[in-house]
Amino acid sequence: MSAGQLPRWVDYGLIPFLNLVAAFLVSGLVVILIGENPLDAVKVLIWGSVGYAEGFGFTLFYATNFIFTGLAVAVAFHAGLFNIGGEGQAYIGGLGVAFACLALDQYVPWYVILPFAIVGSAVAGAAWAFIPAWLQAKRGSHVVITTIMFNYISFSLMVYLLANVLKKPGSMQPETRTFEEAGRLPFLNDLFPSFGFGYAPVNLSLFVALAACVLVWLLIWRTKLGYEIRSFGANATAAVYAGISPVRTIIITMLISGGLAGMMAINEIMGSQHRLLIDFVTGYGFVGIAVALMGRAHPVGIILASILFGMLYQGGAELSFEMPNITRDMIIVIQGLVILFAGALEHMFRPTIVRLFTPSRALAAKEA
Amino acid sequence: MSDTPAIELRKINKRFGSVHANKDIDLVVGKGSIHGIIGENGAGKSTLMSILYGFYQADDGDILVNGNKVIIPDSKAAIGLGIGMVHQHFMLVDNFSVLENVVLGAEDSQMLSGGLARARTELKRLEEEYELRVDPDALIQDLPVGLQQRVEILKALYRSAEVLILDEPTGVLTPAEADHLFKILEVLKNEGKTVLLITHKLREIMAATDTVSVMRRGEMVATRETKNTSMEELAELMVGRSVLLRVDKKPAEAKAPVMEVENLTVTDSRGVQVVKDVSFNVRAGEIVGIAGVSGNGQSELLETLSGIRRATKGTLKINGETIDLGTSTLDAADMRAKNMGHVPEDRHRMGLINSFAEYENSILGYHRDPAYSKGWLMDLAAIRKNAVAEIEKYDIRPPSPMLKTANFSGGNQQKIVLAREIERDPEVLLVGQPTRGVDIGAIEFIHRRIVELRDEGKGILLVSVELDEIRALSDRVLVMFDGRIVGERGANAEEGELGLLMAGVEDNNKNAAEGGAR
Amino acid sequence: MFESIILILDSTVRVSTPLLLACLAGLYSERSGVVDIGLEGKMLGAAFGAGAVAYLTANAWLGLLAGIAVSIGLGLLHGFASITNRGNQIVSGVAINFLAAGLTALLGQTWFRQGGRTPSLPEGGRFREIVWPFAEQLRDVPVIGPLYSELLSGHNLLVYCAFLAVPLTWWVLFRSRFGLRLRAVGENPAAVDTAGISVTWLRYRAVIACGALCGFAGSYLSIAAGSGFGVNMTAGQGFMALAALIFAKWRPVNAMFACLLFGFLDASGTRMQGVEFPVIGELPLQVFQALPYVLTVILLAGFIGKAIPPKAAGVPYLKERS
Repeated sequence: MSAGQLPRWVDYGLIPFLNLVAAFLVSGLVVILIGENPLDAVKVLIWGSVGYAEGFGFTLFYATNFIFTGLAVAVAFHAGLFNIGGEGQAYIGGLGVAFACLALDQYVPWYVILPFAIVGSAVAGAAWAFIPAWLQAKRGSHVVITTIMFNYISFSLMVYLLANVLKKPGSMQPETRTFEEAGRLPFLNDLFPSFGFGYAPVNLSLFVALAACVLVWLLIWRTKLGYEIRSFGANATAAVYAGISPVRTIIITMLISGGLAGMMAINEIMGSQHRLLIDFVTGYGFVGIAVALMGRAHPVGIILASILFGMLYQGGAELSFEMPNITRDMIIVIQGLVILFAGALEHMFRPTIVRLFTPSRALAAKEA
Repeated sequence: MSDTPAIELRKINKRFGSVHANKDIDLVVGKGSIHGIIGENGAGKSTLMSILYGFYQADDGDILVNGNKVIIPDSKAAIGLGIGMVHQHFMLVDNFSVLENVVLGAEDSQMLSGGLARARTELKRLEEEYELRVDPDALIQDLPVGLQQRVEILKALYRSAEVLILDEPTGVLTPAEADHLFKILEVLKNEGKTVLLITHKLREIMAATDTVSVMRRGEMVATRETKNTSMEELAELMVGRSVLLRVDKKPAEAKAPVMEVENLTVTDSRGVQVVKDVSFNVRAGEIVGIAGVSGNGQSELLETLSGIRRATKGTLKINGETIDLGTSTLDAADMRAKNMGHVPEDRHRMGLINSFAEYENSILGYHRDPAYSKGWLMDLAAIRKNAVAEIEKYDIRPPSPMLKTANFSGGNQQKIVLAREIERDPEVLLVGQPTRGVDIGAIEFIHRRIVELRDEGKGILLVSVELDEIRALSDRVLVMFDGRIVGERGANAEEGELGLLMAGVEDNNKNAAEGGAR
Repeated sequence: MFESIILILDSTVRVSTPLLLACLAGLYSERSGVVDIGLEGKMLGAAFGAGAVAYLTANAWLGLLAGIAVSIGLGLLHGFASITNRGNQIVSGVAINFLAAGLTALLGQTWFRQGGRTPSLPEGGRFREIVWPFAEQLRDVPVIGPLYSELLSGHNLLVYCAFLAVPLTWWVLFRSRFGLRLRAVGENPAAVDTAGISVTWLRYRAVIACGALCGFAGSYLSIAAGSGFGVNMTAGQGFMALAALIFAKWRPVNAMFACLLFGFLDASGTRMQGVEFPVIGELPLQVFQALPYVLTVILLAGFIGKAIPPKAAGVPYLKERS
């Protein structure tokens, strides 16, 4: 029996909305549990994240990170793969950005460096995804487990590199030297002073992220490769029947996914920190899972989900300032609930909705 | 044989959605007998047995065990009533020992040791009583399938089953193993057990049963004493006379061969030879049908020729090119490039991606065709235009290329696949089960289209387990049994004759077969 | 030299204990076919529950119970998502890790106002070292003395629990009815179903056992090894335990050795700073930290033996056509 086809707005609108509502209702309960008024909290959160330009700038800055890591998870989803290694791939991606900036920032302006940084971060992230990809494709080692392992390996590797190889001579800090002006992406506040983004670190990489969304959309829905990726993910047997190579599809998809995760480093390293340092990823890679689930693995959904999570991050910071009881950890709880309801419990509402929506439609289609 | 039947079913009904899998089934199984139930695939045999074993619940009707009306809500209850089942796919844990598998679910107590010890003694006793020899400490994964099946039987006996259901028990057995199984069943019968043997193989019914019931399309159509019936009668009852397929077609004007297969051998992942040294050809302008009971190597043959499965050895001549299938790394895309189309046996598993829209499915396997690309991107307009044209030509309903294929009926889904494969103008078309789960109207359309393709001078290899379909369409019929081609017949082959070949009965007409298969 | 080896081994035991408990926890779950990458979250939740209750009641036992309860609660959530709702087990595990990380810190701050930490435990709130008989007297006997007094004696109860859990788990797995069914349902749930056993209830019991052991693991961190809960105090040990489980090929005794190996790498890593090895020279600390994961990947790749997970792991059970 087929599950029946839901109208697109139900599939891409109503169900994610219900999942989100469930997640936020439970979040509200948590807020009540710690003795605050959830409605007040929501007000503060919304004001803090979109109520004024600088706050919105921060929201967009965080959203930029989430777009990259969310796209990374989403691309892998389309091939039926679960890349849980965005964290490590983004971290290693930082190496690519840093190499481009450190090597070139004394010679050429930022717009010459940017393409190198993009390629560098993508290649580094992809390289870090390659071994798990190869092991999955050739040896059947589950990509979930290997990417987790590679996250931890990357943590050790980066600490070693930063503390021993890349650190500024004479400094004790495990970080590289600060990039010259040319190694920094312009802040949007400098480009568009009238927006009043103030000290918000939102920078040009937002546009790189949006371009990546367009490219991923084209890739997945408009190219032969995307068609093959989706075919393989939806029905691997049919894909083989169609002459699509599983090995090739798995490896290429994981490389793209890793590359996208790696590009997150552009925003953090070249756009905001202006130096490579330890722990700059701080969970953005994992949040990508929530973003991809919430955005139903579609770039538009991912942009919306990224802004939502950006709001949570920025509004959460504001919230912890206004209502000290609600620390930024509340955001992690909300993320957990979103992953739970939009991901693990997605089947909870779906059958009811399918029952509500399909009987007449599906039968009509079948009779015809 | 005592008077109260071991099992009696009265007016059993079971529906799955719109499919009426069992209609008013009555069945009486005498104690201490071997009762066969025969019918084609999908006739409802397995559903009926699953109801008896508590896997499904009947919508209505009564079950009587030893004359008492019972309700069987789950397998546990069935076991409690002394019903044991040997499933078609063994319900064994591969990395467990025989002993552990036998004990699973009947362990006596929280501690294993007691149950294991009792089982060991009991197995020894059963071994002597029923001549069921098997090493209790061997791991299942190290045992040949014949012995694995023996473990299943032992499992049932250990649970003191009085009625043993065997669902297609010989599907995975060699003929020798099957003969051995029947001997075991005979011993069980002599010890007073009742055996229900589910099969679609006539030979087995004749060889092993006392009584036989025939099912067709969800109904119980007849019950006979085995000694008073014949294979011919049973075959007729199984197929029924109601649906005589007639396809208007001229005699074939076959020309030169477009596909030649020589000495093809295929081994499956378990290491079992499933296609054994098969040679045949298909000529331009003819339909070659491969008849056979499912599971005799036809599926693997199709998958190998279409590039999905690797062969152990053999050559394929197509398009004037000779390919060594034993070493080739050609995949399905490469085979398509050699002008070979393929309508797969299972459209849900293979032929369609049901979460995709119709127009996306209309290029599955042909998505690399430059006609559907504009530079780097796919040319959606061209793809949809093509899809719409196919929808029109094949009368696919509803005519909406944007609809997911999951929402089309079986017949329309099959037309989508057929349109895709035929409209690419292949020289050779491989077709598997073209009308499985397809309504009558669509069947006619599909058959007509296949014949038209033949008349355009293409070579067609048709695999079907529907004998009617094979006879209606084929210009030549090859019969496969146990991985081999065991006979060849012309366009007007007798149904009974083909049935006997399919059942593995020796071909009296050997010379013709050998001459023709070349 | 001997002294320092004993010291390294002693801290190996301490570091291995939570890994071992979590690893055995994962073993119950995965052997039943439920993949669990939420070990980390369950440990963290347990550490918090134990730390909070032990602080409030000044009773280590109540703390342990609370830790176990929290962990089982999270385990049941995992079960509800992945067994009852047939959701994706990986996604569910990720969600549990997030929930635990967020809730522990948030509630910790709300209740104790020390930046998410619980206050230092009062007397009685901690499991104390147990000194074995004659440990003091034997201390100076060469070889046996340090082995007995340092290595065997002087650990807290949970350390001994962890190592006793190994033979116990082995016995349960290979000598009890529950174990037989557990192993069967992870390999072929249909075989269990047709044998008249409920797949759902069996898997729930496995998830509960997993929760209980994770409860021990987390409690160990906050009320035995440490004195109170600290934000994110598991620091990836749940994932390390997962790696150890794979490394141990899902077998209890192997699990002990894998955890001891990983613990040894950790314990020796800090002590090997500045030590010149022949040929390779000095090894950075990070090599020791990454080695468990590298070894696990190599194992997964099939270059040293083959790690074959339970066949039905990660696959929700669905009766055909039902």
